[in-house]
Amino acid sequence: MPHILFGRSRELEIEITEYLDLVNQGALTFKRDLKRYIKKDFEIFEEALTDIKEIENDADEHQKDIKYKLYKYMLIPDSRADVLNIIEEIDTITDLAKEVIYEISIEKPIIPAKLESDFLELVENSAEAVDMLVKAVRSFFEEIAQVNDYVNKVHFFEHEADKNEERLKRRIFSEECQEVEIAYKLQLRYFIEEIAALSDQAEMISEEVLVAAVKRKI
Amino acid sequence: MIEVIIYLSSGLFLGWSLGANDAANIFGTAVGSKMVKFSTAALIMTIFVILGSVVSGAGASHTLGALGQVGTLPAAFVVAFAAAVAVYWMTKLGLPVSTSHSIVGGIIGWNLYSGLATDLGVLREIVGAWIFSPVLSAFFAVVLYFIFKKWLNNAKIHLLHLDFYTRWGLLIVGAFGAYSLGANNIANVMGVFIGIMEIPAYNIGFLTFSGAQQLFLLGGIAISVGVVSYSKKVMLTVGTNIMDISPIGAFIVVLASSTTLFIFASAALKNFLIMLGLPSLPLVPVSSSQAVVGAVLGLGIAKGGRNINFKLLGKIGVGWILTPITAAVISFILLFFMQNVFIRSVV
Repeated sequence: MPHILFGRSRELEIEITEYLDLVNQGALTFKRDLKRYIKKDFEIFEEALTDIKEIENDADEHQKDIKYKLYKYMLIPDSRADVLNIIEEIDTITDLAKEVIYEISIEKPIIPAKLESDFLELVENSAEAVDMLVKAVRSFFEEIAQVNDYVNKVHFFEHEADKNEERLKRRIFSEECQEVEIAYKLQLRYFIEEIAALSDQAEMISEEVLVAAVKRKI
Repeated sequence: MIEVIIYLSSGLFLGWSLGANDAANIFGTAVGSKMVKFSTAALIMTIFVILGSVVSGAGASHTLGALGQVGTLPAAFVVAFAAAVAVYWMTKLGLPVSTSHSIVGGIIGWNLYSGLATDLGVLREIVGAWIFSPVLSAFFAVVLYFIFKKWLNNAKIHLLHLDFYTRWGLLIVGAFGAYSLGANNIANVMGVFIGIMEIPAYNIGFLTFSGAQQLFLLGGIAISVGVVSYSKKVMLTVGTNIMDISPIGAFIVVLASSTTLFIFASAALKNFLIMLGLPSLPLVPVSSSQAVVGAVLGLGIAKGGRNINFKLLGKIGVGWILTPITAAVISFILLFFMQNVFIRSVV
């Protein structure tokens, strides 16, 4: 579409697309960093630590810009409140991802080798839920009929992550891991909950996207 | 000259109140939801109401003339004044009113006073159009709803582009709505004066404006003054309350109701339909408010029949019957006063 015709709408459209790209990158970086940590590639993990922080800062800038432009240019008056809400909420996911990575870097929890595959699965499902949420939000803007499908996928991955979370916790506090001290167990539980929180947050926002999509119908 | 202006004033007042009230039917949701600025809406209304009045105003006026040709200027003043009073009174009572209904009541009041028979064939045509217009408007809204729903589901338009299209769409259907309003309702404002005042045609280059068109221009300006001076208030209160619908819904409602008004106003369209051997509708001033209510109901039915406000329907029915009767009674009484107290010939 020509720039001249759409002007400000086009400008904002690019900004929103870039913002969603950043959220996506945030989820991918979260997954990459955690995989490195779980597989004990600590050196590479620490080397790339600032990546997620940069993404988060960049996303914050975009979020502020989108808010400002939506109000300044008086665009989409009837969906504006919903769009702002979604943009704000989705930002909490990138914040959370950064927080988890940095806390792991600080606290350096010890993950027993036998729990690695369960941890990887939890990380995979949590990141996948965020990926589907970003797709749902993109559909909200570009192809409203698809929103429902992606929201369903968010639900699916959140549910899977829930199951991973429970299984991991049960294993940690069972006889299987009796050699692990209680302090480490509690620390591991905290990180499991934090990783799973990403998918919980994605699910909550996906519900809001679904409601906003219903409101957009004629 | 001053006497003529005084006599015309009641028609101009009716025009003012028409502009003040009915602009909200066309731009109410667009302005209320901040999709369109009031100043833009007012500018478009002004241009297109005047264009519609001058270019296509004759058809519906002719029908009013056929219902009863008011004989003198003082009588025309009274008829238009009675219509204006009825509109004001009904508005105070909170009933949705139409200048179309009240002016017809006023003319019937004159017919009764002067002892001339009302052409029942024409009256039937007018009342039929009043009943049919909201139904037709609802039908258009249903059809447009399904077309747009299908299109929007398949078109994959970015929300921000859709916003852009909707703004332009609201401006374009707003212009069409203003044109149709001018074309259809100018008869209410100036119709009663046309047969009485003999105004020579006026030439500007290759354009010739008949006497009636000059009166329509004056009426159109009165409507515009109503739009500019008072309609913002109506748009921000009534406009947003009655139509709690999305901007695309508003686009459909305005397009449906404007098409209805246009069909009841355009002689060219009528001739075209006759030429094609299709059934055509009489050129009758109908109510833009009721066309809008019809379209909103149509939209409600298309969406599954929820949110239909039966109380509002009842109110419309009451307004429908009360307005012409009130205007006829006021017209009759005031004509008596004009004749016997102010000693002006009204027959």
